[in-house]
Amino acid sequence: MPEPLLDVDTLSVSYLTDDAKIGAVDRVSLTVHPGEFLGIVGESGCGKSTLLFAIAQLLTPPAEITSGRVVFNGQDLVQLTDGELRHVRWRDYSVVMQSAMNALNPMKSIAAQFKDTMRAHERLSAAAIRTRSEEVLHLVGIDAAHLSSYPHQLSGGMRQRAMIAMALLFTPQLVIMDEPTSALDVVAQRSLMTQIKELQQQFGFAVIFVTHDMSVVAHYSDRVMVMYAGQVAEIGATDSIFARPLHPYSKGLLDAFPSVHGPRRALTGIPGSPPDLGRPPSGCRFHPRCSAAMAQCTTSEPDLYVVGDTQVRCLLYAEQLRDAV
Amino acid sequence: MSRPTSGVTETGGAAALLQTRGLSRHFRLGGLLSRRMLHAVDDLDLTIHEREIVALVGESGSGKTTVARLLAMIYPPTRGEIRYRGRSVHKLRSRKDLLWYRGEVPMVFQDPYSAMNPVFRVAHGVMRNLKLHRPELDRAGRREEAERVFDIVGLNPAGDMLRKFPYEMSGGQRQRVGFAQALAVQPKLILADEPVSMLDVSIRAGILNMMAGLRAEEGASILYITHDIASARYVADRIVVMYAGHAVEQGPTDVVLSRPKHPYTQLLLSAVPDPREKAVPVSADTGEPPQVIDPGEGCRFRQRCAYAIDTCATVTPALRPMGPAHDAACHVAEAEPEPVASVPQRRVDTRV
Repeated sequence: MPEPLLDVDTLSVSYLTDDAKIGAVDRVSLTVHPGEFLGIVGESGCGKSTLLFAIAQLLTPPAEITSGRVVFNGQDLVQLTDGELRHVRWRDYSVVMQSAMNALNPMKSIAAQFKDTMRAHERLSAAAIRTRSEEVLHLVGIDAAHLSSYPHQLSGGMRQRAMIAMALLFTPQLVIMDEPTSALDVVAQRSLMTQIKELQQQFGFAVIFVTHDMSVVAHYSDRVMVMYAGQVAEIGATDSIFARPLHPYSKGLLDAFPSVHGPRRALTGIPGSPPDLGRPPSGCRFHPRCSAAMAQCTTSEPDLYVVGDTQVRCLLYAEQLRDAV
Repeated sequence: MSRPTSGVTETGGAAALLQTRGLSRHFRLGGLLSRRMLHAVDDLDLTIHEREIVALVGESGSGKTTVARLLAMIYPPTRGEIRYRGRSVHKLRSRKDLLWYRGEVPMVFQDPYSAMNPVFRVAHGVMRNLKLHRPELDRAGRREEAERVFDIVGLNPAGDMLRKFPYEMSGGQRQRVGFAQALAVQPKLILADEPVSMLDVSIRAGILNMMAGLRAEEGASILYITHDIASARYVADRIVVMYAGHAVEQGPTDVVLSRPKHPYTQLLLSAVPDPREKAVPVSADTGEPPQVIDPGEGCRFRQRCAYAIDTCATVTPALRPMGPAHDAACHVAEAEPEPVASVPQRRVDTRV
């Protein structure tokens, strides 16, 4: 096995308020290899965006990394100072934010925003900046004429593409994407995903892609991690998770969206809503919403059990493993 | 430049609840003296029957939200007519008539986070609706009715839920409040503008099932506006596909989805992710619906269409019958051979 590009080790993040400590990310471990596409799936409030921000070292108070390491290219990012991070951030890894509508500065043209980004991380001539800006815009299929456009002159899909172009300015090894497609409609979403995949194959960067819609990553990711209430619920190869989801929560997510081609089935969704992370349920955090919950789920907290090449946090598999022994 | 609409299949005009004829809405771009007009909706003939769920499907910018706003009387049409139960909606003048129409045809908005006033409890919206539209109810009756509609949309226990502020609720719960507000006025037709697009996938199923239940139990028709053709398949009886302000295809859900005739419908269908299927390799189509500013003749989809022929640039295609109750506006699409031959009577144009 080659060295992973990114090795996140038992990372925990808490939001510290005056009277409470809310554990948004709880002992998450994951690895990303060079050129790999990892999808992270979960509902709003499961801590997936917090996890991304923690990996990218973009957390601001009251959020704080309480334990764990984020080893990127052999360096622990958590220990780096802001000055040291500046040399790594955006050059070696970059971030595409959730809504391009808010992430782009409405007062500045695309060219000016690209220039700011490049100036912040490297000393470059105006001509070099111009050439590179035109190149990356061309990569995402936007005419270079739009460099002088302001964000409001672009459609939602084009803004999102411009954000991706911005993330590619320095050809990083890792691009972290926080729901880049959820504000787009299905046609734009499909074409953006195809484009991300093509760029990834062309340049070989790794991708961490966060979404709440499992179907989006089905055809694009190599591995999928399902998050629930700040924890890893299931992590494994995309093919095996979609063919045979192990965790009841992954099954619920897969059954939650209608199909256009297959037979028409009644959708069940997942009853209830994600727990308040200030007061997570006892035992398994999913048990109040779980259709397969057993008596011990309310009391004993499940570990991550290895089943095949998948890891799953569910007591159903603890039983199976015990029986097999 | 009204499009000829002859030959379009009529689906039993008797039970039509709401019908539009040549409905168009144009917006002026720039200042008062500007002559540039954005054509958001052009010549839309839409029919919604009693107890029917119709899905209006299209990308952002296709004009589908403008249609909902026209039907909700948020602004008047530039041209054309909306008839509701035989009465022309934009000729209603008296307060009584307007309240009647707005009560029978309420709208549920896309964004449940900004559709409610944050300083009032959620009961406020429902109670206000009841006071305006159901004057026969006294205070206790209104309270009872509010609890009843909260129960129907699955907000239990209704008494506690009514006392909550919007910020105390999740997105799915807020969207249910939106539907409860609409239900309180005993609607005949609910205009639902992308009610699930802002919600998590796991919560969407609940809202879609609730919509199907409203039709079954309350007998309401629903105009379901969405860009997601898969969810349209799940709830709707009939689908109308819009592109750049025109209706390009309409018909029974199963027929449109199993035998899509318009190249745009085919594009929409191929874009839906389905992990149960093998990925269909589709080249990155970076096209987007055009902004229709002062359009000339011609098909508005031709720049993105793989099958475009010379005629497409010069003649605007009208909706033509493709099969029973199934129409498409495309010069290239070919009608289904045998069903058309078997029911020749229904193809006859009965319009004067």
